[in-house]
Order: sequence, then structure tokens, then C-alpha cells
Amino acid sequence: MIAALHVIALVLVACGGTAVVLTREPLNQALVLSVYGVLLTILFIVLQAPDVALSELAVGSAALPLILLVTLAMVRKQSQ
Amino acid sequence: MSGGVRRGLFLSAAPFLGGFLLWGMLGLPGFGRYPGPYGDVLNRVAIRERHVTNVTTSVNFDYRGLDTMGEEFILFVSLAGLSLLLRTQRGEAEEGAPDCASGRAVFPRSDAVRWLGLGLTGVTNLLGLYIVLHGQLTPGGGFQGGAILGTAAMLAYLAAGYRAFRQVSPKFLVELTEAAGAGGYVMVGLMALLLGGAFLENILPLGKTGSLLSSGTIALINALVGLEVSAGFVLLFTEFLQETRKRKE
Repeated sequence: MIAALHVIALVLVACGGTAVVLTREPLNQALVLSVYGVLLTILFIVLQAPDVALSELAVGSAALPLILLVTLAMVRKQSQ
Repeated sequence: MSGGVRRGLFLSAAPFLGGFLLWGMLGLPGFGRYPGPYGDVLNRVAIRERHVTNVTTSVNFDYRGLDTMGEEFILFVSLAGLSLLLRTQRGEAEEGAPDCASGRAVFPRSDAVRWLGLGLTGVTNLLGLYIVLHGQLTPGGGFQGGAILGTAAMLAYLAAGYRAFRQVSPKFLVELTEAAGAGGYVMVGLMALLLGGAFLENILPLGKTGSLLSSGTIALINALVGLEVSAGFVLLFTEFLQETRKRKE
């Protein structure tokens, strides 16, 4: 049961990481990165590391994508 | 470098890299088999010795408190470097709105963003404070809670715009808070030295296990890290926002 959870979480993280790399559009990539942060959080919870999971949730899936989104909103030119 | 050369370089290097990675991974201890004695010892003694219920926090801020101090100063120094690089140079007047790059249409905020941001800012602040203050009791602590508090400030910007963001986070106060958080950590360590102990030794009364004021200096350092990280996030965000201002030649 636990082993199955480990495998599922690890596979999800592998898929998520690949998805971040394969997304080329920065705006979409910021959102995919946020989802990837949630997947990593799930992995850390499954591995019983709640402190690291909280860090990942706060930084990886909220703060970092938010900074990227705000930056993109500021620098995107009108002509596009 | 053309695409063909790049692909050739990758294809010739990939087997070696992959082989090394595989070789390294085969030498790892089995999944879930912890080989060292340190963690097991701490799990047995930390609650009794330091009156914490989150052993991770006791490692971060007490048993390995010096390492965490170094980490905190990585954040502090990188933010100082950022402020230095992005400062307004002498003779460089700035014009234009602070949060809007030139040549970009200013889109009005939608009501959905405004209300969602307003509604979430308070809740996020409360959650951040909770996570910071319960560092020695439940998972989380100064770093995680500080990051959540920083996110709350960004939500305030999303909801109400640049002017309101600066009103709730005056730069002088933010810089002071960040410096106090970093400096306070060192001061706690020096206080222990003054009282005849070792640097960062836990000198405060440990209190009752499970209460908010337990664990001595761990709770204090944890709160100071919360100040440093939350103010650091706000400072980083403010510097980025200001960077869009046009430089007058």
C-alpha cells in the first residue's frame, strides 16, 4: 500500500517535471510550475516530511509562480 | 551552435552522464533505510531535552542552529546584493508608474481578482502567523510561515495595486524588520556567550511541552526567522516592482 503510494507520487513528480520543461510559453509555464509544486508537496507528504512539504507549498507552488506571473504581467508588451 | 552539432554533443555525452547517474544511484542505501544514528538519537531525546513536539524545528534552530544562521544570511546577503544592484543611481531620475513597463497597456483589475485578493489577504496573513508561531509544536515554522506572509503582501498588491501595497509595507519598516530578524538571530547566540554558555546554546526556560511559549530560544529564533523571511519576500517584490520605472537619460 505505502509502496504503491510512493510509486504513484514519484511518477506524478516525474511527469510534472517533464511537463514544466516541455511547456514553452512562459505564462503557461508559470502555472504548470505551480502544479508541479503541488505534486512535489504530495511526494514530501507521502515520504512523511511535512516541514519540507510546507516549504515547497509556500515557495514552489505559491510565491515563485506569483512572482513570475506579476513580472510577466508587467513586462508583456502591448504589441503581441 | 547549430541544432545538429548540439544534438550530436548531447547524444555523445548522454550515455556517460546516464551511466554515471545510474552508477551513483546503485550505491545509494535502500529506499526508506536510514543508515545514520543521528536522526534516531534525536527522535528519542529531543522532546525530553528541548520540550518541542516538532523535532525538525529543534534541529534547525538549536542542535544545528549555526547552520541555519548561515542559511539565513544567504538570504540576507542576496537581498542586500539585489537592493544594491537595483538601486537608483546618483543623477538617475526616474519617471513613470512604478509597476508598469513602458509601452504596455494598463489593464484594469477585474472585480474577481480584486475581491478574491481582498478576501484572501487576511486569511493568508492569519495562516502565516499561525504557522510561524507554532514552529516548535507543529510542522512549519519561521521559514514556511514567513513565505506565506510574503505571499499575503503580494496578494494585497494584486487586489489593491501598487500604492496600497506600499502603504501596508513602508520600505523603511520592511528593511528594519529584515535587518532585525537577521541581527536578532546572532544576538540570541551572543547572549548565550555572555551568560557563559556556548554560542546559540538554549539559555531560556524551556516551559511546558506543547505550549506556545515552550522550547526556550527555539521559539524566539523561529519568530525572528519569520520576521526575516517575510520582510525579505516583501523587499524582493518591492525591488522588482520598482525596476520597471523608466530611467531618464
